[in-house]
Amino acid sequence: MDFAFSEDQNKLRQEVGDFLEEELKQGNFTPACDAWIMGHDPEFSKKVAARGWIGLTWPKEFGGQGRSYVDRLIVTEEMLRYGAPAACHWFADRQIGGAILNYGTDEQKQEILPIILKGEAYVGLGMSEPEAGSDLASLQTRAVEDGDDFIVDGQKVWTSGAQFMNYIYLVARTDSGAPKHKGISEFIIETNQPGITIRALTDITGGQHFNEIFFDSVRVPKKYLIGVKNQGFYQILNQLDYERSGMERLMGNYPLFDVLIQYVRETVINGKTLSQNPIIRHKLAQLKIEFEVGRLQIYRVSVVMDEGRAPNWESAMSKAYCTTFEQHLASTAMDILGLYAQLTPESKWVAARGMAHDSYLAAKGYSLQAGTTEILKNILALRKLGLPSQ
Amino acid sequence: MNLVLSEEQEMLRTSGRGFLTDKLPKTTVKEIEQSEEGYSPELWQEIAGLGWMGLAFPEKHDGADMSFLDLTILIEEMGRACLPAPFFSTVVLGGLSILDAGSEAQKQKYLPRIAGGEAIFALALTEPSARYDAAAITVRATARGDNYILDGTKLFVHYAHIADYILVIARTDDKANPEDGITVFIVDAKNPGISTMVLKSMSPDKPCEVVFNQVKVAAANILGQLNQGWNVVQRIIERAAVAKCCEMVGGMQQVLDMTVDYAKERKQFGRPIGSFQIIQHYAVDILTDMEGLRLSAYQAAWRVSEGLPCAEQVAIAKAWAGQASERVISLSHQIHGAIGWTVDHDLHYYTRRAKATEATFGNVDHYREIVASEMGL
Repeated sequence: MDFAFSEDQNKLRQEVGDFLEEELKQGNFTPACDAWIMGHDPEFSKKVAARGWIGLTWPKEFGGQGRSYVDRLIVTEEMLRYGAPAACHWFADRQIGGAILNYGTDEQKQEILPIILKGEAYVGLGMSEPEAGSDLASLQTRAVEDGDDFIVDGQKVWTSGAQFMNYIYLVARTDSGAPKHKGISEFIIETNQPGITIRALTDITGGQHFNEIFFDSVRVPKKYLIGVKNQGFYQILNQLDYERSGMERLMGNYPLFDVLIQYVRETVINGKTLSQNPIIRHKLAQLKIEFEVGRLQIYRVSVVMDEGRAPNWESAMSKAYCTTFEQHLASTAMDILGLYAQLTPESKWVAARGMAHDSYLAAKGYSLQAGTTEILKNILALRKLGLPSQ
Repeated sequence: MNLVLSEEQEMLRTSGRGFLTDKLPKTTVKEIEQSEEGYSPELWQEIAGLGWMGLAFPEKHDGADMSFLDLTILIEEMGRACLPAPFFSTVVLGGLSILDAGSEAQKQKYLPRIAGGEAIFALALTEPSARYDAAAITVRATARGDNYILDGTKLFVHYAHIADYILVIARTDDKANPEDGITVFIVDAKNPGISTMVLKSMSPDKPCEVVFNQVKVAAANILGQLNQGWNVVQRIIERAAVAKCCEMVGGMQQVLDMTVDYAKERKQFGRPIGSFQIIQHYAVDILTDMEGLRLSAYQAAWRVSEGLPCAEQVAIAKAWAGQASERVISLSHQIHGAIGWTVDHDLHYYTRRAKATEATFGNVDHYREIVASEMGL
């Protein structure tokens, strides 16, 4: 047992930190909550790519660095600590590159992996549908074979970052006669083609980063099928572990933590700063305790992945736990800011940069995306604890 | 970063669990807990024979030269088995404190006897104020020639009634800073003027009142430096809090296992109650709390073991242990239903231990305040 980072890992953390400090100094970004999913900046992604921090864990023969998942976690942890705009490359780096490495054809690897590595593949996830949320396997979007192509018809929803997206990772039904888990396939398709319509949804923060995607007889060449036809659902399971496992589930709104600590240090009530008030101290200490427990859980997931095991229950646990923390952080911030908490970032008299307002509202989504807390607890109950399903 | 046990540690765990499972069916735990001594001298000698008391002592003091981290693995198993014995007070509070702060002569005198199961230690730290800060130390030690005279009352001193030696934390000088002027003494429990009484408690660790009335202690029995004992005490509290966390991991793991087994077996409405989602989610909440404690407790134990600064990590682990323990025990009782509320079921052994341990060496609020200070607030 050894909880220490290696010298190499400390160096990597330092390099990422130095890079981000420099970007901050240049005014290239402002720390923001949810910047990993909402902060789109192609130039930033290209700079990250140029330093080799995309595809860090991929084998060297495919242009990666062959480094560990703990190393990758160190990079993403620093991005999140700074609230850096990493949304453009996040999905490709986190899960789609891995999916192509695991199941893709040589042609797909040659075509798409280099684009991801350059920080130029902005992939939207086409998984959920209006009638297929937690029950993903009941999805209805169809891909029907027609010569050398599949013809795709249907609708996806909750796809992030449409205006920058140049690829869609699509999960569609390729055998409607088979049991629902056994007729699903994965595709990687280009966004810019006839029959695809994207419409933005407005979420409760007023943001528009989620989208609906409509497919109307979209022609997808067969070469963009990932892995084995009708095996998509089983191929995805692995990918969902990656999707759930990351530091973004703990540190999505970390900039708010920093801002809040600064706020209690500077705010004076009856001649004393809020940071001297025992109630406030204990609230923030409680957040710190919960944060550190979550951080250990997430590092454990990466350690498990580095051991070559699928972090199935570990990632379900860390995601369920950590998103609860993020919500607790946001609600504690609202609580401490009191009447000021309601003001939007643009408002006169706004306190703590108005971060709590957006974060509190956004946090309601954290326990829904990438597996609801209830679905994750079901996974843990059945697969980890071996409790009976009936 | 590597979070698995070494082969040697796995062996230690397996043999520890095997021995304790074999020797400590709950009927035996009950018998020992209800005895006046609160431990079994025969079992104590067997444990000494296994080398557990001296596990983390150097070989030259009859130890096995293993680490603090190794020791906490055994302590986790003791928590799982509800071992009723003065192991914690003798080894973690007594032996490791002497190893840490003692003179060579003190180490030579006491450590081999601890390793051999020949000396039982208790730590007299807390007083009627029941706090763990320096200002709470008011028991006086007054210099008289080559001796000190101890006067005052210590409370919640585990196993003092059977101890051969008591480490007494006393005030030897009044300074503006309460952390100055504290001294640690190794006191022979048979010295005239010491009276002990076991308090009636839910804890199986036999918390005692210890009254010192003009108790003479030689200056040679000072552990560490005169008036500079608070540093020693802080390290004692850190080690003790971490080791208590590991003990709680063991208890919590056993509570989880018992709860899951029960949920699989108990049928209502024609199906196992563990098939109902609300029960499943309660069980998962127990699992999550336990895993959080396991990770944070072993992180802190590793830091102590490596001699790294650990105040923040210890505080996080013990604060988490207290709050997680309360949730885990409550949910486990809820899942067990009425049977878990009777003494015929084993759950109460864990309930009582968990609750008493929550406050031992600092409760949740105590450690939240330390975390706040560590955050620079």
